[in-house]
Amino acid sequence: MKPIQLLRARRRNGHWHWTDIAAYAYLGLGVVLMFGPVMWLVLSSFKTQASLLEFPPSLLPLSQQEVRVEGFPQPLPLFAATLDNGERRELAQIRRIGLIAQMVDPADPKRQYRVPTARLAPVRHLSFVTSNYTEPLQKFAFTRYLWNSVFVTTIATLITLLINSMAAYALSIYEFRGKTIAMLMVIGTLMIPITIILVPVYLVITKLGLVNSLWAVILPGAATPTGVFLLRQYMLTLPRDLIEAARMDKASEWQIYWRIVMPLAAPALAVLAIFSIMWRWNEFLWPLAVLTRSESFTLQIGLNAFQGELQTQWNYLLAMTVVSLVPVALVFVFLQRFIATGIANTGMK
Amino acid sequence: MAGLTLRDVRKAYGTVAVIHGVDLAIADGEFIVFVGPSGCGKSTLLRIIAGLEDVTGGEIAIDGHDVTRVPASDRGLAMVFQSYALYPHMTVYQNMAFALENMGLARAEIDARVRRAAGMLRLSDYLERKPKALSGGQRQRVAIGRAIVRDPKIFLLDEPLSNLDAELRVATRKELAALHAEIGGTMIYVTHDQVEAMTMADRIVVLRGGRIEQVGTPLDLYNRPDNLFVAGFIGSPRMNLLPVQVVSPGLVRVGEAGEPIKVATGPLATGASATLGVRPEHITLADGAADLTTTIDIVEQLGGDTYFYASAPGLPQITVRQNGQALRGRGETLPVRFEPAHLHLFDAEGAAVRPGV
Repeated sequence: MKPIQLLRARRRNGHWHWTDIAAYAYLGLGVVLMFGPVMWLVLSSFKTQASLLEFPPSLLPLSQQEVRVEGFPQPLPLFAATLDNGERRELAQIRRIGLIAQMVDPADPKRQYRVPTARLAPVRHLSFVTSNYTEPLQKFAFTRYLWNSVFVTTIATLITLLINSMAAYALSIYEFRGKTIAMLMVIGTLMIPITIILVPVYLVITKLGLVNSLWAVILPGAATPTGVFLLRQYMLTLPRDLIEAARMDKASEWQIYWRIVMPLAAPALAVLAIFSIMWRWNEFLWPLAVLTRSESFTLQIGLNAFQGELQTQWNYLLAMTVVSLVPVALVFVFLQRFIATGIANTGMK
Repeated sequence: MAGLTLRDVRKAYGTVAVIHGVDLAIADGEFIVFVGPSGCGKSTLLRIIAGLEDVTGGEIAIDGHDVTRVPASDRGLAMVFQSYALYPHMTVYQNMAFALENMGLARAEIDARVRRAAGMLRLSDYLERKPKALSGGQRQRVAIGRAIVRDPKIFLLDEPLSNLDAELRVATRKELAALHAEIGGTMIYVTHDQVEAMTMADRIVVLRGGRIEQVGTPLDLYNRPDNLFVAGFIGSPRMNLLPVQVVSPGLVRVGEAGEPIKVATGPLATGASATLGVRPEHITLADGAADLTTTIDIVEQLGGDTYFYASAPGLPQITVRQNGQALRGRGETLPVRFEPAHLHLFDAEGAAVRPGV
């Protein structure tokens, strides 16, 4: 179905039933609730630091127009002023003393006015401050953070897929003593949050001399109980005949795993890949603990660095947040169909 | 190609024994059919031969070599699964080539073997298709193709025709028999359908409850069933089994008041209960003196044959087969005679009573 048809879909063609209206209203609310903050983030990332802190806030990235006036070295901010005689004119502000502003007419620089600030309204226009993006990417090693994040996410996801699928293969295909116990223990670790094991894992990482290395971020979380469980449930649904057929076909256990089970588990692997990418990309606490040198920062830690003790550079923070969102959003857009089919096929069949 | 020997093979799941000591020798090139009702252990026995199940006791030997502890992949057997078990992510070609790749054959050799098998099974046009894009019959042929490319010692087939519709099943049955004639391998075929067993087998192994009831050629089993179970299982429609009583040596009486019938009673004592078996085609319509007088319940006209389902007081329904078109209606009396040369007598335990035994 084409998007436009989807947007015009109704219960019966050509008729508006009240359920149509209710459905659209409900869905519209959902869009606003979920997409609104993202929209706000993207639009605000193009604002100047000043207009971010402005009250009342504006949705669009507006900035005050400035004009060059003869006789003044700096460009002057432009205001719409209501003069004493009620006339409205666009004037440039030279300076401001208390509640009175000294204004000049850009068309006629010789005429100056004194206008109370209450009768001034800034003249604004839509302008996208792209330096929010370019400056941090150039000045603050943000490309480095980006690369670190990409590296961590890619490698960690590959390792996760490999390790988890191997564990899931053993737990779903083989019969051995203690299989149930092993599975229960894997699932049991789901209940232990990272905050509890943060210190012991940190000690292990320190002993291994991995602090400030990206491997310190990659390795501890490579085996995820969720992943093992997800893949195991999926592999349980694979027909046993296929594995026995492969065994009859003289395939080694590794070949059965690699050439039969892995391709067939592709939907579940895709789901786990998406999850892993999102977890790794957004991971914050653990990298914050083990990465202390700026050149090994991941994006999320880099973003945190903008939040100073005294001052937060909101414009950079928002712009870089958008940068950090884009890859995950793209991954999601391209792989989202696997999520639906994969979850539908995982376990609950 | 190879022969196979099973010696006192036993299998138990925990405390539940499912195979109770099976002894069987299969000669090289034989087409053997395991047949029996569901749950009789025929599939388990096949999986034991394949190596997919461990045995609890006993010994399996292929060509005289003990393979009891050899894993499935090293036994050199090929199996066709009931579900076909085609790898859904591989094309027909890859499905057939998989085993050969695992055997480490050269690419040219693999290609030659796959194409030869595909030609034999009329699959040449479908080699690049995935199993999903094939019909049931084609999938079935791919499953067989996957087995024959390997040139295995023994083919194992686990109800390979049960997922096909009736027409295709008959056609494929003939193809399989032709294939066996062509490649001449040892085949072990499992089915619950005694017609398949009768039409294809060199020898049939009838199983029940994890035990072999009888082994023999199809006509052996048909003409000389060892026991009541085989008598009832082989042949369609079933053999008529009537309760009788021995009135004197060589003479039994059907039911309460039937005429005495001459049949070898062997060691059975006078007054003993027994079962008389007679196949539907061995009952003739009597003109004069009848062995039994029955009443027709149902008439089935097949054109070439006529089946009467008739009843007599105190007896189970009797099936009578007549060649040609016998015009008799429901409710008519049907006096019948049993052909004395084709009577089977079974003792109270169900074992066949044979003259001179």
